[in-house]
Parts: sequence; structure tokens; C-alpha cells
Amino acid sequence: MTSRTRAVAVAGVLLGLALIAPFTNSFVILLITRALILAILAMSLDILLGFTGLPSLGQAAYLGIGAYLTAILATKFDFGLGWSFWAVLLLGMLLAAATAAFFGLFAVRASGVYFLMITLALGQCVWGLAYRWNSMTGGDNGINLPRRPAFAIQLASDVAYFYVVFGLFAASLLALYVLVKSPFGRSLEGIREREVRMRTLGYNTWLHKYLAFIIAGGFGGLAGVLWAHANGHVSPEDVVLTTSVDALLMVVLGGPGTLVGGAIGAAVVLFLREYLSTLVPWWQYVLGAVYILTILYLPDGLMGIAARGRRSDIVLGRPEGAKDPAVS
Amino acid sequence: MRFWLIQTFNGISYGALLFLLGSGLSLIFGVMRIVNLSHGSYFLLGGYVALSVILATGSWVLAIPIAALSLALVGLVMERVFLRRLGFDPLRQVLLTVGFAFLFQQAALDIWGGDNKDIVPPAALTRTAVVGGLFLPGYRVFMIAVAMAIGLILWLVMEHTRLGAAVRATVDDAQMARGVGIDTSRISMFIFALGAFLAALGGVIGGGFLGIYPGLDFQILPIAFAVVIIGGMGSLAGAAIGSLLVGIADNFGKALFPEISYFTLYAPMALILALRPTGLFGRE
Repeated sequence: MTSRTRAVAVAGVLLGLALIAPFTNSFVILLITRALILAILAMSLDILLGFTGLPSLGQAAYLGIGAYLTAILATKFDFGLGWSFWAVLLLGMLLAAATAAFFGLFAVRASGVYFLMITLALGQCVWGLAYRWNSMTGGDNGINLPRRPAFAIQLASDVAYFYVVFGLFAASLLALYVLVKSPFGRSLEGIREREVRMRTLGYNTWLHKYLAFIIAGGFGGLAGVLWAHANGHVSPEDVVLTTSVDALLMVVLGGPGTLVGGAIGAAVVLFLREYLSTLVPWWQYVLGAVYILTILYLPDGLMGIAARGRRSDIVLGRPEGAKDPAVS
Repeated sequence: MRFWLIQTFNGISYGALLFLLGSGLSLIFGVMRIVNLSHGSYFLLGGYVALSVILATGSWVLAIPIAALSLALVGLVMERVFLRRLGFDPLRQVLLTVGFAFLFQQAALDIWGGDNKDIVPPAALTRTAVVGGLFLPGYRVFMIAVAMAIGLILWLVMEHTRLGAAVRATVDDAQMARGVGIDTSRISMFIFALGAFLAALGGVIGGGFLGIYPGLDFQILPIAFAVVIIGGMGSLAGAAIGSLLVGIADNFGKALFPEISYFTLYAPMALILALRPTGLFGRE
């Protein structure tokens, strides 16, 4: 698939989604809205995992920072419920990016399994504050948001909110796509494939990884702001280890290094967690099986299946076995 | 003074429980470099299996080895059938072990239900000892004794047997170990089963202290990682010191500054990883 046909396909699917969604019931609209938000989170993680080769076990931290900032500003300062919603959106991205800039000082030095562990520890720091800092975060109970913002449009309407989220998702996808196709994004891919060689060529690989870490954090924060208003509630459950692990699965299931794959993975995982769980009590078997089968049989994710079908006429693709961040 | 003594004692006894959980995880990490996210599940399932054995036979003493051995078998199968195939890829290992953790979670829910359960230890262990005017719960003393006994056995095996030497060699340099004829694949299998065994043992012992309930698996798992990281991976002494530090820090954190008590646990973990990735007492 050439990049143009792929872009057309993605645009077509998105357009279809935007046209069909309002005609479904409110449960489905909210489900799609939440899937789009998690898709932003998954794409932010894909910048790290898929393009830079850094598997983060703490991406939920940035979702949590955006979400808690939104909830705290709304309940304690009555801020962000009108036009100031857009300011909160920006603040959420900035605070999450700033946190990532601080965390990155510790994490980006590490690689492979140590990067996994240190991002796990940093993510747990944020979770610990959310869970225990009662006076600020409401502890175990979390915070209920008063209402969705209302300015020219009433976001209380699920359809209106869907369109806002949809627009921001499309904008994020576009921004991240431009980013990964830029020379900077190409250098990230170079670092993923062979960091030592990139360093020898004179690239400041630490700075590249550090910037990728910050950008990923910022988009995670954006997802967090939207997540808080989608649910009307934030709690430590949003920041737990399993949320970070789910985000990793979304990327790996969809296909790392494709952006769109993360979005597809997000839809699948959310469907299992939020929809299948309402149908059958044993839905976790399906979730566990998806994890295991993805790892055993889908090394390149769902997007990889599409690519594999066409491999016969394209003699191209990533060199096998070059994806080994621990060796470099 | 009294406060400090009691809190320190509580911290040490909690640390004893963490040692059972953390020592196995540390050895697995050291030998195989696997971030095993189903380790908490072994702990939880160990408790549940013990519960069933107690229900069926009425014997708490019998429940301990049965629970530990059955989970060792689960670990063995997981390692042989699934983890072995992945080779060295930390990310895929993590996601595979999470997948199993979710399967175990659902299975536990289906078999044992969603209520909080308690493992009731024999009455002889729940008496209160009085030492120097302090009332010490007998069960906490028992936990410390078990951890010390297990620690001693592990230390003797690791330092004074051929098997232990092979494990240490694999931790230090798996490639060299293979080169001199050590079957590192078997070592991995043995260590993974041992880790599951110890975690399940911790689950049985801890069941009389924390209780057994859905969600305990993912609740205790990050704490076990804190033990491993702070102490140092692949080192028994490290796991012992790590679990003591975490146990005491956790207790004092919750008593003195509850609002940031988990932060005070995970921030040092991140800091140690950044400055000294092998942990405070890890093997270089």
C-alpha cells in the first residue's frame, strides 16, 4: 500500500465514522469517543515504542496528569467549564509534557528492560500520589467533575463531545504523522534500529529520545483532559499499572510504528473491556487470550497482516532481527 | 519510643512477607532478565489454592506445600511452553505475562468468587507474645521466622551447592555460563518454578495477614518490583535488604506521612534505577 492510498483509506474510515456515529445510540457514541481518546494515548506511546524503540510501562501517568488537572481545576477553581476548556487542554498537554521532561531525565538514560522498570516506577509514583494524596485527588474515590464544558456548543451532548474528540484525534494523528515523517522522526527510527550507528554518525541520540519522551507525554496529557470529561470522573484506576500495560498492548496489537495501528488496537481493547464485559462474565479470558495470541502469532500486529499480504510484490520492509534495543 | 519499636517490628514482619515474594522475582529477573508481571498472580493463586486445601482437608500445614508446589508447576509450564519460545525480548515477555495474569485473575474469580477471604492459621500461631513490655502478635513473629528459614535455605543452596554456583554464574554472565557447559535453559526453568513456589508460599502465609481478594495480585506486584529494584536483581542478600527497607519504609510512610506514602516508595525506586541500575546490592 502506498502512503497515498493508505492516507485515503484512513481518511475514508474517519469520515465514515464521523457520519455514522451520530445515528447510533448514546452508549455506542460514548464508546467510540472513549476509543478515540485512548487512541490518542496509544499513538503517543507509539512514538516511543514503535518509532524510537522505547517500551514505556508508565504511559498512563500522563493520562492521569491530564485527567486530574482537568478535574482539580474544574472542582476547586471552577475553571475549564466554558471557553477556558481550550486553555485546560493546553495546560494539560503542557503539564504532562513538563512532567515527562522531568521523568525523562531519569528514564531516557536507560534502555531495554531497565527502561521498562524505570517507567514502571515513575508511573507508580503518579499512581501513588493519585491514590493517597486525599486532600488533592480525593484518594481512592477520585473526583467527580461537575459537568462537561459549555461555550458556543453544549459538550454535555454526547454527540457534540464526540465531534470535539474526533477533531482533536484527527489533529493529533495529523500532527504525529507529520512528526514521524520529518527528519526528526526519521532519526528516531534510526535510533530504534541501531542507536550506536546513529551516535557514530553524530546524532545526539539522547536528545532525540528525550524530545520523543516529552512529546509522547504531552499527547498523553491531551488524552487525559478528554478522558476526564468523557467519563465525568477521574480515579486512581485511570493511572494503575494495567492501564499502562493496556496502552502497550494497543500499540503491539495494532502494529508498532504505524500510528494508525495504535488507534485500531485502542478500539479493540476498549471494546473488550467496556462492551464485551457487559455481555459475558468471562470476558477477561478473551482479553488475556488476545494478549497471549498477539505476542505469539502477531509480531507485527494487525497492520502487519495487511502488509504481509502484499509482501510478495514489495521486496522491502524492516530488516528482521534489527529490533533489539538491548544489544546496542 | 514505643511507637518506633512497634512500627519497626511491623515493618520488619511486612518485609518478611515481601522477601518471600521478592526473592523469587529477583532470581527470575537476575537469571532470565524477565519482567514477570504474573508474579502477583502466583501469590494470589497460592493463597486461593491453600484456601481450598484447608476447606477440603482442614489442614493448614498441608495447605502450604500443596499450594506452593502446584504454583511451581504452573510456573514451570508457563516457562517451558510459552516464555521459552520468545527468546530475549523484554516487551513481548511483559505482555505475555500480563496476558497470563488476566487469565489467572478470571479463573480465580470463577473458582473462588469475588468475596474477601481469610486464611485462618492454627491457633498456636496467633497468640500474642510479650517481649520487654511490647505486645507482639505471634503471627508476625511467625512470618519473620519463615522468611529467615527460607532465606537461610536459599542462601545455603546458592552458595554451597553446584546448582547454586550454576545459578550465580548464569546471573553474572549467561553466555559465558553456557560456554563452560552450564545448561542455562534448565537453570531458567528451575528458577522460574522456584520463584512461583516462593510467591505462592508468600500468598499462603500472607493470606493470614493481608487476606485474599481479587485485585491483590496487581496490588502487590509493583511493591515486589520495588523490593527487587532497591535490593538489586539476582541477589539474595539484595532481596533481603530490599524487602526490609521497603517493609519499614512502607510502614513508617503510612504512619507518618500517609498522603505521600506510596510516592516515598516508588520515587527511591526510580532514583536507584537511574543512578545504579543494578540496585543497591545487586551483582555487577
